Amino acid sequence: MKLKPKLAISDSGFIFDPSTGESYSLNEEGLIIVQFLKEGKNEEEIKEHFLNEYDIDETTFSRSYLDFISMLKHFNLIEHE
Amino acid sequence: MEKKTFERPVIKKVQIGMPSKFGLKSEYAPIKEIDGIPVKNLIEQYGSPLYVISEQTIRETYTEAYKAFSTRYPKVQFAWSYKTNYLDAVCKIFHQEGSWAEVVSGFEYEKALNNGVPGNKIIFNGPYKTREDLIKAIENNSFIHIDHYDEYYLLIDLAEELNIRPKVAVRINMDTGIYPQWSRFGFNYENGEAWEIIQRILISNKLDLVGLHCHIGTYIMVPWAYANAMYKLIDLFLGVEKKYNKHLQYIDIGGGFASKNTLKGAYLPGTDTCPTFDQYADAITSVIINSSISIEHLPVLILETGRALIDDAGYLLGTIHATKRLPDGKNSLITDLGVNLLFTSFWYDHKITPAQEFGPYTEETVVYGPLCMNIDVIREYVQLPPLKKGDHFVISRIGAYNMTQWMQFITYRPNVVLIDTNKNTHIIRKAETINNFNNLEQTPEHLKKIE
Repeated sequence: MKLKPKLAISDSGFIFDPSTGESYSLNEEGLIIVQFLKEGKNEEEIKEHFLNEYDIDETTFSRSYLDFISMLKHFNLIEHE
Repeated sequence: MEKKTFERPVIKKVQIGMPSKFGLKSEYAPIKEIDGIPVKNLIEQYGSPLYVISEQTIRETYTEAYKAFSTRYPKVQFAWSYKTNYLDAVCKIFHQEGSWAEVVSGFEYEKALNNGVPGNKIIFNGPYKTREDLIKAIENNSFIHIDHYDEYYLLIDLAEELNIRPKVAVRINMDTGIYPQWSRFGFNYENGEAWEIIQRILISNKLDLVGLHCHIGTYIMVPWAYANAMYKLIDLFLGVEKKYNKHLQYIDIGGGFASKNTLKGAYLPGTDTCPTFDQYADAITSVIINSSISIEHLPVLILETGRALIDDAGYLLGTIHATKRLPDGKNSLITDLGVNLLFTSFWYDHKITPAQEFGPYTEETVVYGPLCMNIDVIREYVQLPPLKKGDHFVISRIGAYNMTQWMQFITYRPNVVLIDTNKNTHIIRKAETINNFNNLEQTPEHLKKIE
């Protein structure tokens, strides 16, 4: 799972896609996932971080993660493999 | 180290330009408790979904309404509108406060009697009163509000048969300057029908005409409509005084006061647009006080307002059963309560508030109920924090009509709990079980075996 190249990601939770000119906003959890994806981390590594840091069970996280990735795809922010 | 609270990760597109007038965030703080009782505890103890009624709010609202009218007019009588919420405990709170009963069917009439309301404190409205209903009402000396000529002639027959002179009032419909004009209840003022039936009653002398009644509509947001209605009722009242030298006992202005709920498609929230009791009272009582009715013959002013007295006292608690992403990217929630329990969601954009802490981020959300039918939508569009499976939420202002118009469709109706003024909780209507339905059904002998 790779983010589209050249996305500008700000620390305050915004993404700018220069290829479309669209901007997006993220909540705290969304921003962490996007930053990890940018660093090239995989789902397992991201999950481990959340299970360690947040009061959340594995199933709920996986379910939320899937939904979030589907939205990244919906907005065309994931590179086609 | 304490772990952080998890909120579903969310991304949304930044829309350039003016924000949507209808889609702004509305929830800023969770509702974690009702009258001091944690929502979580209520759901743990009584299940989800759950209706909760605050006795304190009912009493406070009634006091506010009564004060608004009684400080402006010397003879005020409220009559609790049973159809708005006829759970016995709710009715009895209003009766303890001094309300009479206003009923619109034989079923409601029986409920009022069972609640201990004396017959002479029951107002019988509605277009459908059977012969049996009317006999009971006449024998109990109740106030019968005549809706049509067939009812009038039936009452004449019954008066002779029972040798009792029934106490009646005439229901009157009229143009009060608002749309829609309700014309189906009673007799019309403008075309002279109302004056004609009044004269028939007075000339025949078989019925005891004691009052005039109107019910101009529902969710009336302009108090002056009531003032217009009152001008017309007073015209008839004075006509009776002048021509027949008879002083009617009361004028019943009906119900229809708005509540703070927001109607679908409304530009501003109901909390901003709903008139106060003082505004309604001012409009209605000023017309009577300033009329030429003499002080000693001022009629009792009867009010049948239901929605405005009970809506704020009712809450519906629910739980998120699942979240689901729709093809257009919009988030949707499947909850355990639908239009079966929240009939008023057909005309209100109900306020839905999470019952636990949430962050500042919101997303466009559709809120569905549990029913397997497409129209089961509680909110078609609302900005909500990213709720997840198992989260609880509170729907406020649901006290009116939902506990009478609810549907038993594919599932059971849940517990209804009352929080009393000492913060004790009581089940006032038990959750239904399969036995409730089995007890009513009978299977013919030849259908008992399916082998």
